[in-house]
Amino acid sequence: MEKVKIAQYWGAGCGGCDVALLDIDEKILGVASIADIAFWPIAVDAKLKDVEALPDGGITVTFYNGAVRNSENEHVAKLLRKKSKIMVSFGSCACFGGIPGLANLSNTKEILEHVYKHTFSTVNEEGTIPLTECEVPEGMLELPVLYDQVLTLDDVVDVDYYMPGCPPTVEQINQFLDVVVKHLTEGAPLPPKGTVIASEKTLCDECGRKKTVKAVDRIYLPFEIDIDPEKCMLEQGVICLGPATRAGCGAKCLKANQPCRGCMGPTAAVMDQGGSMLSALASIFKVSDKETQLSEDDIIKMMSQVKDPLGTFYAFTMPKSIIKKRVKEKKKIKEKVVVKQ
Amino acid sequence: MSISEVDTISVETQEEWEPKIIVFCCNWCSYAGADLAGVSRLQMPPNFLVIRTMCSARVDPEFVLRAFAKGADGVLVAGCHPADCHYIGGNYRTRRRIAMLRMLLEQYGFNPDRLRLEWISASEGEKFQKTIKEFIETIKELGPNPIKEE
Repeated sequence: MEKVKIAQYWGAGCGGCDVALLDIDEKILGVASIADIAFWPIAVDAKLKDVEALPDGGITVTFYNGAVRNSENEHVAKLLRKKSKIMVSFGSCACFGGIPGLANLSNTKEILEHVYKHTFSTVNEEGTIPLTECEVPEGMLELPVLYDQVLTLDDVVDVDYYMPGCPPTVEQINQFLDVVVKHLTEGAPLPPKGTVIASEKTLCDECGRKKTVKAVDRIYLPFEIDIDPEKCMLEQGVICLGPATRAGCGAKCLKANQPCRGCMGPTAAVMDQGGSMLSALASIFKVSDKETQLSEDDIIKMMSQVKDPLGTFYAFTMPKSIIKKRVKEKKKIKEKVVVKQ
Repeated sequence: MSISEVDTISVETQEEWEPKIIVFCCNWCSYAGADLAGVSRLQMPPNFLVIRTMCSARVDPEFVLRAFAKGADGVLVAGCHPADCHYIGGNYRTRRRIAMLRMLLEQYGFNPDRLRLEWISASEGEKFQKTIKEFIETIKELGPNPIKEE
């Protein structure tokens, strides 16, 4: 059999996904025996011009990790799409924007101003900010353009499969590689386009903790209490994104006694992971006999225990959420309009 | 009035923005309250659309977010008064979710006053009218949904 070609690229990501692919241990040797690496900036010394020289469809599988944050990411994503038979959106950043996606609460100008002028450790008396183009004696220097909005891979190119996770687990990667190898060697069919390589259920289904009645008074940060390793996190008052998150990771964080932060993204049945989680979390607060005497202000106080709903519920999915990014009101109302009952 | 003046007026009216408001009413109390307001011929500005749900707790936060994403200028959720919920505790879930959702909307940059929760019983047609009138006023003061500016 002729060797297949694979590529892996990192957009706006941390490199963890690249390491995840190496984490498949001895299986990587199996991959190496059937595949050549066409392009993988973190591991091999292939350049973009080598990719450009390949025929269209010359790469069998591309794993694209990281969000699309600047013009270079977009350019490479489009180039790799053109050259690849199968495009895999690899990891939470490529699928939903991931942690870099939280930059959608800001914009390019604010980020550059802050980073280059206002951080404590910055000394920048001339107020220099990186330019996308700069004339020097040797010619024109160029830098990629940083976008105002973080995009996901499928915002810019056609994606065949999604493999969420921060990073995707060894099991997910192996499962997918097995399918591809079977397809190439035995002609087995590939999964339908758009398949998410994970479970269709929520994480709670996969989590082995005991679940009984959820009725909490107080929200705790994980370090504030001794977490019972047998009992459901939410029942202990620790925010766990399990009910709103896709299963398929094997509940690894929960096994390490840490709550789920939602890196696998929403299940197919919902559009907005944060909205789902908000709904689930608000519903577990205890309803006591005194409920009818509570005012809406008391309820606000109760809910204010969740300090940062946006950052907590959308830690990985802001660019794929319904609202997607920060908005700016033109007018601010000074006095709140409250109806006297 | 000269023709040029008429022209300016028509241009102004065309450009004048009218708020669009989505009102979620629970089947058992608030929808009946809205109905009462209607059959009692209580006058209200026509800037709102009512969506009936079986319970105010059926209003998934996603519905509200989608309404805003699609350009609604305000969302009103109306349900049974505390202790009156047809499903015993649905409205308690609602009040918690709406409170948290307002915090979330504020973080997104929306004025949280664009989302309002109100308890309206089947006999409170007047309260429905009053709420709608006040809410439309609030939204008019706030201006169009900022998501439309993008």
